[in-house]
Amino acid sequence: MQYMLMFFETDEALAKRESPTEAPAYWGAWTAYVKELRGSGAVVNGDGLLPPHTATRVSFREGKRVVQDGPHPDTKEHLGGYFVIEAKDLDAALAYAAKCPATLSGHVEIRPVMPPMPRG
Amino acid sequence: MDASHASPLVERVAREAYGRLVASLAVRFRDIHAAEDAVGDALRLALERWPTTGVPDEPIAWLSATAKNQLLQRARHDEVVARETSLHAITAALEERNERPVEELGDERLRLMFVCAHPAIDESVRTALMLQTVLGLDAEAIGRAFLVPGATMGQRLVRAKRKIRDAAIPFEAPEASELASRLHAVIEGIYAAFATDDASLVDEAMFLAELLATDLPEEPEALALLALVRFRHARRAASRDEGRFVPLAEQDTARWDRASILSAEDLLRTAASLRRPGPFQIEAAIQSAHCQRLFTGQTPWRAIVHLYGVLARLAPTTGSTIAEAVGRVEIGDLEGAALLLDGLGPQHVAAYAPYWLARAHLADRIGDATGRSSALERAIELTSDATLRAHLRERLART
Repeated sequence: MQYMLMFFETDEALAKRESPTEAPAYWGAWTAYVKELRGSGAVVNGDGLLPPHTATRVSFREGKRVVQDGPHPDTKEHLGGYFVIEAKDLDAALAYAAKCPATLSGHVEIRPVMPPMPRG
Repeated sequence: MDASHASPLVERVAREAYGRLVASLAVRFRDIHAAEDAVGDALRLALERWPTTGVPDEPIAWLSATAKNQLLQRARHDEVVARETSLHAITAALEERNERPVEELGDERLRLMFVCAHPAIDESVRTALMLQTVLGLDAEAIGRAFLVPGATMGQRLVRAKRKIRDAAIPFEAPEASELASRLHAVIEGIYAAFATDDASLVDEAMFLAELLATDLPEEPEALALLALVRFRHARRAASRDEGRFVPLAEQDTARWDRASILSAEDLLRTAASLRRPGPFQIEAAIQSAHCQRLFTGQTPWRAIVHLYGVLARLAPTTGSTIAEAVGRVEIGDLEGAALLLDGLGPQHVAAYAPYWLARAHLADRIGDATGRSSALERAIELTSDATLRAHLRERLART
């Protein structure tokens, strides 16, 4: 069974990425986590994402394409990255997710990946 | 499960075995909803066939085998969209078609209750889910117990069952670190079933409480639950006199079950010796105090009020606040009782009969006859049990 682990981070946590004093600890924690997860063989795929200020939204309203800057303004915690992992059940997926640095200030959302659509 | 037109036998078998049948199939196929449907189908088939074919020698085994066939047929029908996990389960089940159904039906109800108590299931629906899957209560009845409309409760239950299946919440026993928090929810579920006061549910709940205490003899709260239900059950016979309801204060202690009370005392002592206090140990201690009247002729109300205070700090609930208020009336602290009752939000108590009974009790002591009558009338409106209603009407007339 596959699960997507979505890492939601607070603005404060994301700011550490660029901070000269806090960046080493921030990246150190993530590198260790990613290394452990990949080492376990559970990872199907996954990526980190550039920060929310690089985000663009697009939607269609009354037939018109609307393009806007940034993530949705109501969003307090931002998607900072994701992994799709193979795990036998929710508890196994929870165990991988619980080790993630994002859990310390933000959170990890775990969602089962939709099974493939039947052919035909 | 609609057993209203059932022959009495099907109804009895359903009552005895519904939870065990559902639990056994749900654990094996990891799909509670499908298991409930299959057991429902099997019961319907029994109603259709047994009157003409006669009752099979082993009705429960017949139901188990039929329900499993129903589940497999439906699964094959849905195979195109079936999830990998269920396919595994189906293959495994197909391979063991010719096995002995009864012995291996076993009792998976506790296991299923621990699944319902998983933290990934919304807390507000865990107990309800246990009542439905393990004890076969319908959403309407559960909704009444939780003061939620039946349709709303039904939706919540369906959502929870889908979540268990689709997110693959495991059916294995939780790890030790997880056990304590889930155990609390399981204990609450069993006690909620006991508190329904429905005779067959009470028996099932007592059986499950025994099962739990036997499985987990080192868990003080599991022992306390068994003590609690035994204390209360010991007074059950005395709460009726020729079909009439007898309130605790008027019960003849000679009709209390002494052996049951003593065994409950033993359990509570063992629980306390494990030195991990919890809300059910306090609840059991309160019932133990009520049962002291058998030995001393008196109810230690001060101790009871004190215990309710401890309970309020550990796990405050509307019910325990009301019970503490009643205790305060008994020790003459009418002001304290009024404060407690006034502090409860009207939206939580307006439709809760015990609240109005406590109000009536307090009004009676104050000498407020109008307040007493209107509170009693409200309580009568909110009481569905006929015996209890008759008792309250009698009390209302006794002004």
